[in-house]
Amino acid sequence: MSKVRVLVGTQKGAFLLEADGQRKRWHIEGPFFAGWEVYHLTGSPADPNRLYASQSSSWFGQIVQRSDDGGRSWRPSSNGFDYASAPGTHQWYDGTPHPWEFARVWHFAPSPDDPDTVYAGVEDAALFKTTDGGATWNELAGLREHRSAPDWQPGAGGMCAHTMLIDPSDTNRLHVAISAAGVFRSEDGGTTWEASDLGLHSDEIPDARAEVGHCVHSIARHRDRPDTLFMQKHWDVMRSDDGGRSWREISGDLPSDFGFPVAVHAHEPDTVYVVPMTSDSLHYPPSGRLCVYRSRVGGQEWQPMAKGLPQSHCYVNVLRGAFAVDSLDDCGLYFGTTGGQVYVSADGGDSWEAIAHDLPRVMSVEVQTLS
Amino acid sequence: MIRVRLPYQLCKLAAVEAEIVLSITGTPTQAEVIDAIEARFPELRGTMRDPASGKRRPYVRFFACEQDLSHQPLDTPLPDPVVRGIEAFHVVGAMSGG
Repeated sequence: MSKVRVLVGTQKGAFLLEADGQRKRWHIEGPFFAGWEVYHLTGSPADPNRLYASQSSSWFGQIVQRSDDGGRSWRPSSNGFDYASAPGTHQWYDGTPHPWEFARVWHFAPSPDDPDTVYAGVEDAALFKTTDGGATWNELAGLREHRSAPDWQPGAGGMCAHTMLIDPSDTNRLHVAISAAGVFRSEDGGTTWEASDLGLHSDEIPDARAEVGHCVHSIARHRDRPDTLFMQKHWDVMRSDDGGRSWREISGDLPSDFGFPVAVHAHEPDTVYVVPMTSDSLHYPPSGRLCVYRSRVGGQEWQPMAKGLPQSHCYVNVLRGAFAVDSLDDCGLYFGTTGGQVYVSADGGDSWEAIAHDLPRVMSVEVQTLS
Repeated sequence: MIRVRLPYQLCKLAAVEAEIVLSITGTPTQAEVIDAIEARFPELRGTMRDPASGKRRPYVRFFACEQDLSHQPLDTPLPDPVVRGIEAFHVVGAMSGG
């Protein structure tokens, strides 16, 4: 019988939430790495027992944890994230050049077909890769050495490579989103990169249509339609149908087009989800009512889905990596909040239930669909 | 014999008790103690010093003999009571709320 394992990274450790395919009765394990920030925790599509966790702290730096038994046991792997060439500088908040400094791993993107191969998006923005299960990490320096990199600036959360997509039909096609630089794409496995921001418009930067400088919050795609990408930008929900070369706005009738995560239904490539927040000054739901919005036509037309979610006095946020989609026939959705709640919908978003109410601030949510 | 007391989070990471004992000959420095800790417990590599710069992490402190040694150069020899194993070398996570 199918079951799901939800991998939750929080500000004070990691948690594993498991249920059968009904997704009604949940068993919660954790905290793992208690007291440490877990920016991301994810599993290999090629081996669901292989998990990777980014464990970090302002005191003791970055640790990478690996599990070979679905999270029952863990052991540290290498945390050697050394830039492959002289790091140079990027723009600091005050506009001065600032040396590139490794801070933490924001995101792991495991290969779809090799559990030992994983990409790591890091702060200060760069991309690393392991092909030996985390024993060594090597930088794909072409991203950090992009000609525009000296002009990149950090967002409020740091200058982070926070989201990475691997095209399942061609694993040499990669997309990386960086705050606040934009989206970059590679067609050669990460050796060379092109800015991929045509069509983005950001009033918060001096040239609203600049090649780089856009604060992209997250990107997502459906595996069967690799050239269609969806984006939640700082403001604006965007769509590309040419592999990220150009974008058009699909915010349509959303109550706010500010938010962090974007996700695509497992079986319906035109069904997209966002979680609007009031504004970039007010990182909480409009009117204190938490609501996921769904478009079944690829954007522009959105329906609110609030059944089971708090509809008064709710002032939590949903962070960029804290929304996940399972692949059961009745597609399940999961998201975590900065208030420590984790919600599940077993019916594509029509209704929601809380799996956990009082975890630490949720930083990432992933789900594994297990047979 | 050098006695080193580690903070809770590093003890958990290395799966050791709060105090570990290192065998270092001569008159060891702070850097040699950290080198020896990282060699024996590779999972602690980079947790006390930034791997790129080699500098002590800002929120890590080194105490011994009721003194804060954190601002001394890492190649400063350790105090004699630490070298003789009478006093422990303390690796401390700075106090902070939240």
